Amino acid sequence: MLYFILRRIVLLVPVVIGLTVIMFAIARLLPGDPVALAAGPNATQGEIEALAHEFGLDRPVWTQYFTYVGGLLHGDLGTSLLTRRPVAADIAAYLPATLELVIAAMLIAVAIGIPLGLATAVWRNRWPDYLSQVVAIGAISMPRFFLGLLLQLCFAMWLMWLPLGGRLPIIVIPPPSVTGFLTIDTLIAGDMHAFSMAMRHLAMPAIAMSLSPLATIMRMMRASTIEVMNQDYVTTARALGLPRGKIILKYVARNAISATLTVIGLYFGWLLGGTVLVETVFDWPGLGLYATKAIISQDMMPVIGVALVIGLLFVAANLVIDLLYGVINPKVRYS
Amino acid sequence: MTETVQTPQTEPARQGNDRMRRAFFRFRQSTLSMVGAGMVAVVLFFTVFGTMLAPYPDHVAGGVETAARFQPPSAGHPFGTNELGQDVLSLVMAGTTVSVLAGFGVVLIGSVIGTLVGSVAGFVGGWADEVLMRLTDLTLTIPSLILAMAIAAALGPGFANMVIAISLSWWPGYARLVRGEVLAAREEVYVTAARAIGANPARILFRHILPNVVSPIIVKMSLDMGFAILTVAGLGFIGIGVRPPTPEWGTLLSLSRSYMPDYWWTAMAPGMAMFLAVFGFNLLGDGLRDILDPKARR
Amino acid sequence: MAGPLLRIRDLHLTMTSFDGAAHVLNGIDLTVQRGEIWGLVGESGCGKSLTGLSISRLVPTPPARYIRGEIRFEGRDLLQLPMREVQTLRGKRIGMIFQDPTTNLNPAYRIGEQLVDVALAAASHDASVLDCPADASRREKRRAARRLAGDMLDRVGIPNAKARLDNYPHEFSGGMRQRVLIAMALIGRPDLLIADEPTTALDVSVQAQILKLLKGTVADHDIGIILITHNLGVVAETCSHVAVMYAGNIVESGPVEEVIERPAHPYTQALMAAIPTKQSKRGTLKGLGGSVPNLVSPPPGCRFAPRCPLAVAECTQALPSAVEVGTAHHAACIRVTGTEVASDV
Repeated sequence: MLYFILRRIVLLVPVVIGLTVIMFAIARLLPGDPVALAAGPNATQGEIEALAHEFGLDRPVWTQYFTYVGGLLHGDLGTSLLTRRPVAADIAAYLPATLELVIAAMLIAVAIGIPLGLATAVWRNRWPDYLSQVVAIGAISMPRFFLGLLLQLCFAMWLMWLPLGGRLPIIVIPPPSVTGFLTIDTLIAGDMHAFSMAMRHLAMPAIAMSLSPLATIMRMMRASTIEVMNQDYVTTARALGLPRGKIILKYVARNAISATLTVIGLYFGWLLGGTVLVETVFDWPGLGLYATKAIISQDMMPVIGVALVIGLLFVAANLVIDLLYGVINPKVRYS
Repeated sequence: MTETVQTPQTEPARQGNDRMRRAFFRFRQSTLSMVGAGMVAVVLFFTVFGTMLAPYPDHVAGGVETAARFQPPSAGHPFGTNELGQDVLSLVMAGTTVSVLAGFGVVLIGSVIGTLVGSVAGFVGGWADEVLMRLTDLTLTIPSLILAMAIAAALGPGFANMVIAISLSWWPGYARLVRGEVLAAREEVYVTAARAIGANPARILFRHILPNVVSPIIVKMSLDMGFAILTVAGLGFIGIGVRPPTPEWGTLLSLSRSYMPDYWWTAMAPGMAMFLAVFGFNLLGDGLRDILDPKARR
Repeated sequence: MAGPLLRIRDLHLTMTSFDGAAHVLNGIDLTVQRGEIWGLVGESGCGKSLTGLSISRLVPTPPARYIRGEIRFEGRDLLQLPMREVQTLRGKRIGMIFQDPTTNLNPAYRIGEQLVDVALAAASHDASVLDCPADASRREKRRAARRLAGDMLDRVGIPNAKARLDNYPHEFSGGMRQRVLIAMALIGRPDLLIADEPTTALDVSVQAQILKLLKGTVADHDIGIILITHNLGVVAETCSHVAVMYAGNIVESGPVEEVIERPAHPYTQALMAAIPTKQSKRGTLKGLGGSVPNLVSPPPGCRFAPRCPLAVAECTQALPSAVEVGTAHHAACIRVTGTEVASDV
């Protein structure tokens, strides 16, 4: 077990190298002059060159790369051209917001998608099943940013039940940061008012994010449940008189979930990189908004940093899924 | 099971015919696939004729009518007018061309690159396989939307740049798919036979292996079309990609955001157009997968 | 004297497929008494497994449809019984064992837990299965069920049975897994055991042990067994009676020595000839080309006629009915009359 985890962590090294090489290549080899952009429209040639020199951008790409990797070893992700703030500190500030959003969305998706998938498989080929299949494809087809806008329009602008965006109103004093998740930090601080505020701010973006993974998890769960229900051991369980409810909830569900787990892992990583649009709509101060601002000004250090962090989280999420898979499937655990 | 007298020569042909017949039968049986096909047909129709049929062609070309700003939906403007007094319906109809062509371009380029990478990796094997697949896995690790945004921003605005940027994050899925299929096909008896008689490897790849990979690729392309359209619209929404006055659904939607909630109708038409187009492609792709890809069949 | 344990009469079953309705069971008659082991033999697709699954009502309807006939278990027609009632019989009165021991145990649960679940399900219909009072607490019941599970494993010959309850299926060999499945099928003390190809996936040496175990179970508990197999050798070794199936019909049935020594139906004769270990009159299997007929549009008359070396024109007129050819020995062939046996002279 420990060996398994260690081996996977060692395997991260080439991933980090590969990611940085690819992102560096994109940052340096594509056209565009980020330095001129950062220096501003009125900058003289001399000012631009001075800025380039300050950030080492006048040196060969290889030197820049090795400087960057050297910094990585100390947890230094470089400095933003535009704000001159260290990227690592920025990411540390924005990452919890994105993680909170993604985890909330995945919790909604799993909590609803798994039972729904199981139920539609059990009642398959009847009208609730057909209806849910159509609705699921519809949910996957719904652009998240359009859904976000519709939610805002309905619940924030017309009904005024929920706030339009952000994580907390300005007038609420944020709790001392422990986890960086406002919903958890407010609970730790015992501030129920701030907690309910944080939840209300989280609700719409999390729902907008959760719809497509919910539908996918439901479809996956339905397919794998149907597959498991056709397994011989289910026939045996039926032939030996186990009650239907027990067969489905115990013998089928567990095996079907293990097949769905892979999808959950993939989706988790995918959502981390896909918060950009929802964060834009709800003005959610996370990595997506941060990366978008950097991309528009072609400020490449933050972009590389964000890609690296999300890439590593993606790999980590899949490692967790593999471990969970071992918990559910004893055969994997022992081999 | 079925035992009928047939000469060996006609058997494969008959089987093939039978398979097609059954596939078509199943497709027709599936109401959803038919609905999807119908929706896709409408979308493709507007892709070709949208600009031509737009009730206000000069608005599509960038014409402004400030006197008629923010008119609510009416008979003359079923989806109202926007901040420049342009007919929203006309813009959305014309926007079909950009969105669908861009989506198709992305899927096409992505699948061509992916097929090349995957077939070389699977067919040559050894170190080529190792290098190409590591590269594929790495690209999959990078968040695709951020990658596409970064490339698009670096390349600068424009239709072609946007398509290229998204395609560069789109190919790994195809590479993995094709490699798997090529590896499986390599072991088939007819390929071994072709090798044994000393056929040229390129010929084996193109004549014997790739044709068998076509149907999963088509299934994936049809399933991907919707997501490609969504990604294109997403870039437009953020403000990277094509610029106004070129009508594009994502851009139209992002402009309308500033005029919520009073002029909400400016958002409805582009949003619904996106949703319905993607819905159609997904329904069709889902139906095609059930029929063409027996492994994924439920 | 009580009636038979199981009596199947004139059972007709169709399956709807893309090509139309296939008549997969075409008038099955079979009577099983306690203490008997019936071998049900035939080629794949002849309907022997469907017959077994029908007894437990495990054939999904649709696509299957029971056209005619009855399956009486201790006098009650299972086809007329509501599924709720059938459910109370499964595991408790009718046990089943399937072919592949690798796929018939749930890989995600320890075998002890699976055995306990079956025992508890059986106990919910008949508390006497567990050695504890009916009003015992859940915990006590579980403990009793676990004790019983250990005993069952021990009885089917699994060494160190108690400790192995906590193992997962993949930690057992194929033969041991089949023993576990037999223990699972027997834990509810069924009166009828249906074993569908229980030894096909196993080594020959393991096969003999499993068959011996089944035989011992009949002797110890006075139950009836239906052993579904395509192997006449297995039947000869294990069974007291045999029914030979072809394309949805039972073409010949009777006590095993009778049928093996004096096969009456040409199909049985052909099957016998195919066993290399038995001394057979005709030697090799000659003239039995082709395969099981298309059941959507079966050949008219006797379904075996197209492949039968002895077929004559009348064979295609009508489906032959079973004729008694010896003591409790029946065959369905028009070439067989009274005690005379079909031959090609």
